[in-house]
Amino acid sequence: MNELLAILRDQAFFEGLREEHLRLVAADAALRTFRTDETLFREHEEARAFYLVRTGRVALESRLPGRRSEIFMTLGQGEVLGWSWLMPPYRWHYSARALEETHTVHFDALALHACMDKDPVLGYALYQRFAALIVQRLQAARLQAMDIYGGGDVGLGG
Amino acid sequence: MSVLAAEMPVPEPMAPVPWRILEVRREVADGEVFTWRLRPESGEAPMARPGQFNMLYLFGVGEVAISVSAMDGDGSLVHTIRAVGSVTRTMQGLRAGDVVGVRGPFGSAWPVAAAEGRDLVLAAGGIGLAPLRPVIHAVLARREAFGRVLICYGARSPRDLIFRDELAQWQARQDLDVRVTVDRGTADWKGDVGVVTQLIDRGGFDGRNALAMVCGPEVMMRFSALSLHRRGVAPERTFVSMERSMRCALGFCGHCQIGPHFVCRDGPVFPYPVMEPAFRVNEL
Repeated sequence: MNELLAILRDQAFFEGLREEHLRLVAADAALRTFRTDETLFREHEEARAFYLVRTGRVALESRLPGRRSEIFMTLGQGEVLGWSWLMPPYRWHYSARALEETHTVHFDALALHACMDKDPVLGYALYQRFAALIVQRLQAARLQAMDIYGGGDVGLGG
Repeated sequence: MSVLAAEMPVPEPMAPVPWRILEVRREVADGEVFTWRLRPESGEAPMARPGQFNMLYLFGVGEVAISVSAMDGDGSLVHTIRAVGSVTRTMQGLRAGDVVGVRGPFGSAWPVAAAEGRDLVLAAGGIGLAPLRPVIHAVLARREAFGRVLICYGARSPRDLIFRDELAQWQARQDLDVRVTVDRGTADWKGDVGVVTQLIDRGGFDGRNALAMVCGPEVMMRFSALSLHRRGVAPERTFVSMERSMRCALGFCGHCQIGPHFVCRDGPVFPYPVMEPAFRVNEL
C-alpha cells in the first residue's frame, strides 16, 4: 500500500488529488507486469480496470476483418490506459498489448466505482482527470486523422 | 527573447551564384525527399546559421526556398528537399555534378545560444526535422552547455522518416532523449504510433526552464505549442519556423507576408507569440 501510494503521488495524473482519496484509489490497486506481446485486455471484453503505465510500452489496437490488427496508438511511461470502465456498456472498445516488458499499476474499477458512488467528491475529481485525458486523446486522434504531413511543404520545414 | 536575425548581408542578394551538387542522397524509398550537399563553383559556402534558408534556383524552371539541413564547416552546405511542386520535382532528377543557382543564406535563426543552460525541446514533424538538424549538430558540439535535450519527431509512416542513420545514432546516445512516432505503423514498425504532441505530453523536461523549437506543418506546430505550454514552457521561449511561398527573400515582394511580418526577412524562425495570432486566422 505504501509503495503504491508513493508511486501514485509521483504521477501527474493524480496530482492535486486529496490524500484520503489517493489512499482510496491505492487501496484496490496492484502492481502488474506484462511480458512482451502479453495482452492487457481485449476488445469486447468487460472493462473492469484501468492501468497506469510505469515503464514499458503498450499498443492500443483494433482487429480488422481479414487483416492483422492495426495499432493506432502506443502509450508509455506515466500514461493512463482505459476509460471504458467509466460508462456503459463497460466493455473495451479496443485491445491493449504490451510491446515490451511493461510494469503497470492495475486499478480495480468495480471497487473504484463503489468508492466514487459513496464519495462524489472523489468521483468528480476522477471524472475531471479522465475528461482531460479523453479530450487530449480525442485531439490527438483528430490530428492523426488529418494526415497533416500530406501537404505541400518542400523543405523550409513549416 | 528574439530570434537571431541575419547579421551578414548577402552581397548581390538577387543574383544566383552557381553551386555544384557534390552528393545526392535519397532520404525515403521513393526519393520524394532527398538531400543535396552543395558547394559554390568558386570559393566556399557562406556561413549559415541553424534555421536559415537559401533560394535554390533551377535555371529555366524556377526557384524555391529551402532550409539549410547541415553545415559541416567544410565549405559546403546541405539542403533536404521534398519533391512536391514543379521546381522540386525537377530537382529530384538532378545528380551529383549538376549545377544550380543559389542565393543566400537568408532569414532568422533558431536561438541556440539562448537555450544554453536550459532544457531544450525540439519538436519536428515530417520534413520539419531538416531545419532543426543543424540545431542538433550545434547542441552536440557543445553538449555540456545544455540541460536535458529532448527530440520529438513525428512522421506519417515509418517509410517517411528522414535522416534514419543519424536518428539511430542520436537514439543510441545517453545524453539525448530521442522519441520517434508515426501516425500509421506498419507490420515491421516496433516504435511508437500516435501524433508528435503525445511525445511532448510525456514530459521528461523542466518546462519552467526549457526552451522549445518547433518545426513542421502549422497545425502540428499549433498543437505542439499547446502541449509545451501545458508542460510549463513559456510561450516566449517557444519558437516556430514558418513556411510560405518566398520569392525575393528580401522582404520586398510580399509573397510571404503574414500580417506585418515578412517570413523571408523577419523569419522563418519566430517566437511563438508573434505567430500565434496568425494561427487563428482562417486560410492565412
